[in-house]
Amino acid sequence: MIDRLPQFRLRGLVFLAIVVFSVPLFISNPFHYGLATQIALIAGAVVGLNLLVGFAGQISLGHAGFFGLGAYFSAIMTSTYGWSAIPALVVGAIAVAIVAWVVGRPILRLKGHYLSMATLAVGFIIAIILNNERETTGGPDGMPVPPFDVFGWELSPFGQYSLFGLDISGDLAWYLFAGIVLLVAVWLAQNLIDSPIGRALRSVHGSEVAASVVGVNTAKYKSLVFVISAVYASVMGALYGHFQGFITPSVASFDFSILLITMVVLGGMGSTIGVIIGAVVLELLPQVLADFQEMEMVLFGLILMLTMIFMPKGLLPTAASFLAKRRSKSAGGDA
Amino acid sequence: MFSEFLQYLFTGITIGATYALIALGFTLIYNASHVINFAQGEFLMIGGMATVSMTAMGVPMLLAVVLAVILAGLLGIALQRLAIAPAKDANVVTLIIITIGASIFIRGLAQLVWGKGYHVMPNFSSSEPIEIFGAVLNSQSLWVLGVGAVMVVALVYFFTRTLTGKAILATSMNKDAARLVGIRTQVVLMLAFMVSALLGSVAGIVVAPITFTSYNIGIILGLKGFVAAAIGGLGSGMGAVVGGLALGVVEAMAAGYLSSDYKDAVAFSMILLVLFFMPRGLFGAKIVERV
Repeated sequence: MIDRLPQFRLRGLVFLAIVVFSVPLFISNPFHYGLATQIALIAGAVVGLNLLVGFAGQISLGHAGFFGLGAYFSAIMTSTYGWSAIPALVVGAIAVAIVAWVVGRPILRLKGHYLSMATLAVGFIIAIILNNERETTGGPDGMPVPPFDVFGWELSPFGQYSLFGLDISGDLAWYLFAGIVLLVAVWLAQNLIDSPIGRALRSVHGSEVAASVVGVNTAKYKSLVFVISAVYASVMGALYGHFQGFITPSVASFDFSILLITMVVLGGMGSTIGVIIGAVVLELLPQVLADFQEMEMVLFGLILMLTMIFMPKGLLPTAASFLAKRRSKSAGGDA
Repeated sequence: MFSEFLQYLFTGITIGATYALIALGFTLIYNASHVINFAQGEFLMIGGMATVSMTAMGVPMLLAVVLAVILAGLLGIALQRLAIAPAKDANVVTLIIITIGASIFIRGLAQLVWGKGYHVMPNFSSSEPIEIFGAVLNSQSLWVLGVGAVMVVALVYFFTRTLTGKAILATSMNKDAARLVGIRTQVVLMLAFMVSALLGSVAGIVVAPITFTSYNIGIILGLKGFVAAAIGGLGSGMGAVVGGLALGVVEAMAAGYLSSDYKDAVAFSMILLVLFFMPRGLFGAKIVERV
């Protein structure tokens, strides 16, 4: 694990910051900003999910449930009850944390992939409730969400803002906000990985029995990281709702859960930058494939299958080891 | 009152028998390779859709069924050979994502070939419903139950009385040891996928007259089969059958007596209850880990 030094992580964060802040140089139309904002928010949820998958070796097949719960909690509190966005987001995250803890704690005491079944069930139950409680959630038709506000100041994709004397459109403002949120999410995740909790988690992933023998309370740490990953999803879901201005139960759907876990695996489990690449690729791919119309599904499935068959470790780790191999080969040639 | 209960029970057992067959397919592949095969539902879809479209082309029903089952079997082999086997060093999560990719791919192909609409398959025998104590039983339900029972008996025979079946069992228990006694484990894995696909397609065909069939029917049915397998204790054949029937009955009762909007929520709550109170499922084996 020598290549996992904090320095290496800092490089990743700086690299990500450069990419995030240089995107506005290349795009200008509102549709592209909308897509980029959406990717940044979803990537944030994926970074949280990666903590669970990549560092605790557990799979969640219901993470969209937590994303959706966060989104709907914020939407209902801000629109129906007139709360401000930040308290709604925080209380929503606490509620999601409690749900995750209640579900995770008894199940993570067991070894094996039981959490995947439990999360699948929880995700579905949340989606079913959102679809059926029409009075509160608007049912399958969805519900409008007020803009994100801080102390009376509103952030809307349709607004006009000025920052340091520069005029900034609402789209760009939202994108920058989402980008900063993503950077903070990554920074927090990397700190967690380097903390004693992260070390304990990695030991659990390496060998759960060995970890428990040296005194790591494996069940506690696994539950903790499950709760943290659920809170990531909840916060990103809440912001996503404010950004879109309208949400439907599809944000909590099984399909979206599968998409989230696929982003983690495709990008490279355990690599924070890798899973963000996974999110970018899987969000952009349908845009590219939309031109193929009815071939879209076949191509998406085929690309997903082939990538995972030939790059089982995911895009970034495979690319990194390929580059390392080439470098060592050329170094060998020089000598 | 009683007739109402009986009605829900009939509905539940019929759909439960289908879930049981799907769950058995999951169990088979899970035991042989520890992969949760998310493409399991697509075998059902292929079975139903291929039968419908071949009968529409004028192929006799029985021949269409046989051809559809063979097609699904080939698909199972192809899935193992072309998608699972090449990624042999991948970990289980990656293999699961590969099966998800495969299911999207197969669904996409089905949509190209058969379109997005629903297809109706006529009942195998008379469409006259049968009346028992005031409850109505669709004659197709008897086909589902009968075929389901035959499949289960055939599976039991296959695993306890034939050399091939025992080879699959041996591989699922200990792959390395199985190899040492001369079992070709790659062939066994292929067989497991094939048998699983056969089971799925048969379930898809017998249930098609009741549920109708379309290119995306595999998603929800496959998922319910997974729920049934989880309730029974993933990896237990007995558990798959009991889990399937229990899920079907609970679902039908919930739809009848509570609310049809929440019948699926009741089904999914069953997973949680089982995991909380009977973590290995109803029939799951106790796991002892050697260090």
